[in-house]
This record gives sequence, C-alpha cells and structure tokens, in this order.
Amino acid sequence: MYPSIKPVSESAFIIYFGDHIDLALPQLIARVKARLEQLSGFALIECIASYTTLLVEYHPLKISAIELHALIESALRELPAENQVAQGKCIELPTYYSLQSGPDLALIAKAKGLSIEHIISIHSQQRYTVCAIGFAPGFAFLASVDKAIQSPRHHKPRMLVPAGSVGIADQQTAVYPTQSPGGWNIIGNCPLPLFDPSGDPITPFSVGDSVQFNAIDFDDYVSLGGQICWDWRS
Amino acid sequence: MLGLEVLNPGVLSLVQDLGRFGVAHLGLSQGGPADLHAFCWGNRLLNNPSNSASIEIALGQASFKALADLSIAITGADMGASIDGISQANWQSFRLLKHQTLRFSGCRKGQRAYLSIEGGVQTKAIFDSVATVVRNQLGGLAQQGQDFSHGKPLQKGDKIAFQASREHAKQGQQLVPTQFIPDYSETLKIGVIESYQNDAFEAVQKHRFYQSQYVVTAHSDRMGIQLKGPKIESPVTGIISEGIVAGSIQIPANGLPIILACDRQTLGGYAKLGSVIKRDQWRLAQAKPGTKIHFEPADLNLATQQWMTFMRFFGL
Repeated sequence: MYPSIKPVSESAFIIYFGDHIDLALPQLIARVKARLEQLSGFALIECIASYTTLLVEYHPLKISAIELHALIESALRELPAENQVAQGKCIELPTYYSLQSGPDLALIAKAKGLSIEHIISIHSQQRYTVCAIGFAPGFAFLASVDKAIQSPRHHKPRMLVPAGSVGIADQQTAVYPTQSPGGWNIIGNCPLPLFDPSGDPITPFSVGDSVQFNAIDFDDYVSLGGQICWDWRS
Repeated sequence: MLGLEVLNPGVLSLVQDLGRFGVAHLGLSQGGPADLHAFCWGNRLLNNPSNSASIEIALGQASFKALADLSIAITGADMGASIDGISQANWQSFRLLKHQTLRFSGCRKGQRAYLSIEGGVQTKAIFDSVATVVRNQLGGLAQQGQDFSHGKPLQKGDKIAFQASREHAKQGQQLVPTQFIPDYSETLKIGVIESYQNDAFEAVQKHRFYQSQYVVTAHSDRMGIQLKGPKIESPVTGIISEGIVAGSIQIPANGLPIILACDRQTLGGYAKLGSVIKRDQWRLAQAKPGTKIHFEPADLNLATQQWMTFMRFFGL
C-alpha cells in the first residue's frame, strides 16, 4: 500500500508514505527527495516534503510522466533501512520563555494545572523533528509536543504575532519567522533570524532535521537581538 | 533605460515573470502571472524571451507615461486602453512615443491585463525571479539602496526600466491570430483532473459537484478563487498537511470549493477533489465575480499533452 505514487496534475506526482504522523517518516522522505533530485537533474521544478508526503512537480518537456514514475520507483527501491537513515542536522534555538514574550504561558499553566517553570522545562527538554516547512517562508512545523502541554489553537487567531514567537498547536510547535497573524499558543521568543531572503541558507531548517529549544534569560535574549513586544493584540 | 513612469497604479499592478521556482520547499509561493496564456502572448508579440517580466494590471484604472520611444503590447482583459485619448486595441504590439500617456479604464471583459514592454521590465531578481508576491514580501521593483525588491505593487511615481533594442523599432506591428483570443465573458466549463483525496469523497458529493452551477465570488484573489454554490461534504475534517499544486480544488469545512492559484500557500490541510487543468486556471483568473462555472472531469493524458504543446509553443 505505501509508499504509493499518484499523479495530481498535468505535471506533478504526490508520493504517500503513510496515513498517520510518524516521526520516522520526515527523515525517510528527505532521503528519497535527495535521491530523486540526484536522479532527475533539472527536470524537477519543485519537491515539497511534508509529514507523510512528497509532492514532485516536473517539467514535462524535460522528462515524461512514465520516465519520472520509473525514477521515483527506483528512488524508493533504493531506500536504506530505517536504522541506516542518516540523522538530519540538529538546530539549537535559544528561547526566552516569559510571560512578556509568551503571553499564553499562563493560559496553558491554568488549563494543565502545571507551573510555568514546568511547562518551560517540558517544552525545552524535548527534541523535535522538522516535519514540514510552509504556511509562511521558513515556518517549520516541529513535532511532537509532550502530551502534558499540548494545547489547541486559539478559536480566534491573533491579528499580529511578533517575529520569533514560539507557539504550540496540539502536538506541533513552531517559531514564527516573520511577524504575521497566528492562532498558536505563544510561550516564548527565539531571537535568531529564521528567514532571511539575502542569507545563505535563507532558513536553517530542512525537513528531517531535529530542533532543540534552549531556555535563555532576559540579558542573553536582549544581547542576541531579542525585542520586547508591548502590545499583544488579541 | 527608463521606459515608463507610473502615473496611477490602479487597483493592483504587479511586476510578474513566469514565477519563482525551486523554493517552495522553504515555504515561498511561486507567484507569476495569474493568466499564463495572456502573459506569454504579450512577450511573444515583442519577441521577448518567455521569462521576461511584464506588468499584470488587475481591474484597470492604471496609467503610464512614456519616458522614451518603446514597443509595448497589451494582452488579456479588455480595459479600454487608450494612448493620449485615442483607443488602442488589445492583443497586438505597438509603439508608444516619449511623452505619450497610456491609460486603462475599467474592465470590460476579463479582469487582468498584461502590459509587456520590449526586452521586459528590468529589475533585480530574488531567487532567480522578479515575480511580485506581496504576501512573501519578495519581487517587484527594487527601491534605491535595496539589495532586492520587497514585494511591493507598483506605486505612483515608480519608473520602469526596459531593455531597448534596434530590432524593435524596425519591427512592424504584431497581432495575435484571432483563434487564440479568448472570450472572457463566457460561462466556463472547468476541467478537473481527479486526484488527491478524490476517492475518499462519497459518490453523491462528487455528483453534486459536477451537476451544480458555481459562481465566482468577490473574495477571489491571486491566492485562490472562492466559489458560491451547493456545499460539498468533505469526508474528513482535515488531512495531514501536504504539498498543493496550482489549481488544487480544496473543500474546507464550510463545503464551498476554493481553487488555489499562483500565490497559494505551499502546504494545505483540507481534502481536495483534484486539480483544475492549467488552461482553465488561466480562464478562472479572468473570471469576474458573478461568473458562472460548471466542472467536468478532464483526461489526465490529454491535459498533459495540451500543457506540453503550450510549453513548446511559447518555449517554456
């Protein structure tokens, strides 16, 4: 049944690797993506990995659907066993957890009957997997948040969430790379730039990488360029 | 050299090339022309390379002053263009002389016109493209002192550079053959490649989707075309987010289909019935609010052949 290869448009296939979120899949998909890009040269236009899928858009004058289908099959056949999959890189994100930078800490503490310190230690002890990048440039969906602090999105998203905000939505956590509207529970702020169009790389994340949040104090936060948001509009 | 000054940008005028490719895995939208057919003809009329940048004018009311003698072409929506008050037909190239004013009034048919300019609009590319994606703050004209452009629509006073060539001055007027000029006022039959979660939808839901009439609403934009009509029940409340192609037909919780367009997000978490074939995506980009549409299943192989023919024809 899995993996399965399905055409979705005139010039795209989607590969399904499973039907539920499995933290082993993003690394596997990253390997298939890398292999497929090697095999198909300039014929691929986009290759978008996400949780359980890989979307492959191609240039039909450079490769035919039949040829690409065969290449995908061979990339899948050459998959290394799970324990041989190279670990992606680990990205450390210094994070200032506080009521000032994380206005939803109090909300989660109340809902879960935990102290704020406890929530911070649970969130920062876990190592997360980059499962997908999307929603906004450089926005990495990280899983899996410990059950003890999982919290649903706000019914009404905030009009404005500052850049660097660290949020929780159910089993996922993420950093908003740029200021945007957002409905996740904000618990802290990471002062590092996570999307810089003139940078190389423009975002540190790749699907399959792992991420570790490190709690920092106010002084470190400010010295890393962190800013205080005085106006948390709901 | 400078070719045009923006006297009035109208509702929304954007610099677009074919789009920003190869960066969707970082979460960047592709951008590019909403109506690829009209865009490609504009460049072809001027013998420009197919990826040359043009100006996509939405809903009209824009005007430009020529800062030099230059060749331009207008394709796509009929916005009653005129040069110093004398009307100028679409789907052809012509000379605009220094100090002349090119003015677009409201849309008569269609809603997006392409103003192509000899050699293409010259500006700094970011990720190999000048396509303006306002949401991503990328593309468009770079302001003085900026390394790259930040996704701004054209503003009053902007000056647009072009690449002059002697060939253009000598070349006679070029016309698009009439069989390639669409009638944007027609009721649309929209071809659907059944894919993604199509198999998971109940037969009765798919039947309703194909038998019903939908209407394009005013909430439509370059991210997606939002429709009004009978509701389609999705088999699931959400799916695990996955990559979405242009034309994807998403069924959100309210049951009203959304057809995702060129500025779409790269990932989506709603079930999809499939994707609209490219030719019909371009027709939808020209469909004003109130346009009636019907869906019909399309043959994947035929659609792929048609897409390849189009790519060959325009050298994409």
